[in-house]
Amino acid sequence: MYPSSFDYLKPESVQSLFEMLSDNSDQHVEFIAGGHSLIPMMKTGLAAPDILVDLSDISELYGIESNDNSTTIGAMETYANISRNRAVIENCPVLAEAVSLIGDIQVRNRGTIGGNLSHADPASDPPAAILASHSTLHVQGPTGKRTINQDDFFTGLYETSLEDGELLTKIEINNIGTGAGAYLKKPSPSSGYAMIGTAAVLHSNNGIIDSARVAITGAVDHATRLNGVEDALIGATVTHESANNAANHALDGIEDTMLMEDLQASSEYRAHLIGVYAKRAVTSCIDRLS
Amino acid sequence: MSEHNITLQVNEIEHRLVVESRKLLVHVLRDDLGYTGTNIGCESSLCGACTVHLNGSAIKSCTILAVQADMANITTVEGLAKNGELHPIQSSFQEEHGLQCGYCTPGMMMTALDFLKHHSNPSRDEIREGLEGNLCRCTGYHNIINAVESTANKFKGNASGGSA
Repeated sequence: MYPSSFDYLKPESVQSLFEMLSDNSDQHVEFIAGGHSLIPMMKTGLAAPDILVDLSDISELYGIESNDNSTTIGAMETYANISRNRAVIENCPVLAEAVSLIGDIQVRNRGTIGGNLSHADPASDPPAAILASHSTLHVQGPTGKRTINQDDFFTGLYETSLEDGELLTKIEINNIGTGAGAYLKKPSPSSGYAMIGTAAVLHSNNGIIDSARVAITGAVDHATRLNGVEDALIGATVTHESANNAANHALDGIEDTMLMEDLQASSEYRAHLIGVYAKRAVTSCIDRLS
Repeated sequence: MSEHNITLQVNEIEHRLVVESRKLLVHVLRDDLGYTGTNIGCESSLCGACTVHLNGSAIKSCTILAVQADMANITTVEGLAKNGELHPIQSSFQEEHGLQCGYCTPGMMMTALDFLKHHSNPSRDEIREGLEGNLCRCTGYHNIINAVESTANKFKGNASGGSA
């Protein structure tokens, strides 16, 4: 299985990447990070770039750094590195849990957080973790840098708000501090992708939940927050009863026609799983808070 | 079509060659360099038969272009035995009858060695989970788990033997 022919570039900085590409505006360009979505697509002909730009030599796309408020992860960091990093485990436990459940050892050794989020697979784990965490995505394009709030990043099936030619460079995630987080997943028995994956992050004050973020992946065309569950949790007590009540709102705002349906799971089953996993993820956070 | 000069360090031997950009690492290892212990199974990063170590980590060589591996250190199954003596994991697979047709075995061993680097005292469940990216259609996995468990025990008894 060979991909179609392409030109291969390996820049050593983001700046030189955009300089290399400045004369190629009419060409189909793909950035390759870990390549664990792109190479299979190139082998089957779903992607056939004229130019492949390998990001692996760009040192500014690596690194994991924490300060008092946030943890910043370079786009080229692998799932394996992220899942084993002490700062991530401590400050962004939901992401650490989500990436540790992706694929298998070999996939986690190659797949990267930047590639994952940019690809925006509807059943991938990290997007839900990013939505449930307070995150800022740093991107750079030929004309400069900008940031994207996590809620504005995923826009559809394999669609993000990245403009053509823009590159995700790093992901900044607010530290969880005294809060609690969880990521729970029901994987497809064959592919391992999420039939439902649910990330939750709760904070409380004197036994009352004062912030709640709950997001799902695998059920609709892109990772999305469960606003009904979040609204029901804010102001509620740190108890299992609050988790049960909130889970009753899991399908608020999710129409039947939005639910994915495939050989693995019907839309009815996915709807059921959203409620079950919302309850489990929130309950797990509550157990960790109390 | 673009061609590139690359250097691969395979089992401590340096190879310089010219590859087409679209050529996968597994094909270069097998067809150009003759390391045919690395097998091709599904070619879609599911079965793990093509697993090798790239700079010390297990990866599926069907899902990386050879040009991406330029300047990398690669270990294939041929690099495990030293001076005609089997690596502990190879003797464990032999002793525990951890193979039947043997097609998945090189990949199984390369993945298991990466797993054991991070799990020095694994439970059987952890071993099963660690090998989830490697398929075997013969053994039913029990003897493979036994072989990896036996390797872990050998490493515990000889702390210097833990890496490939």
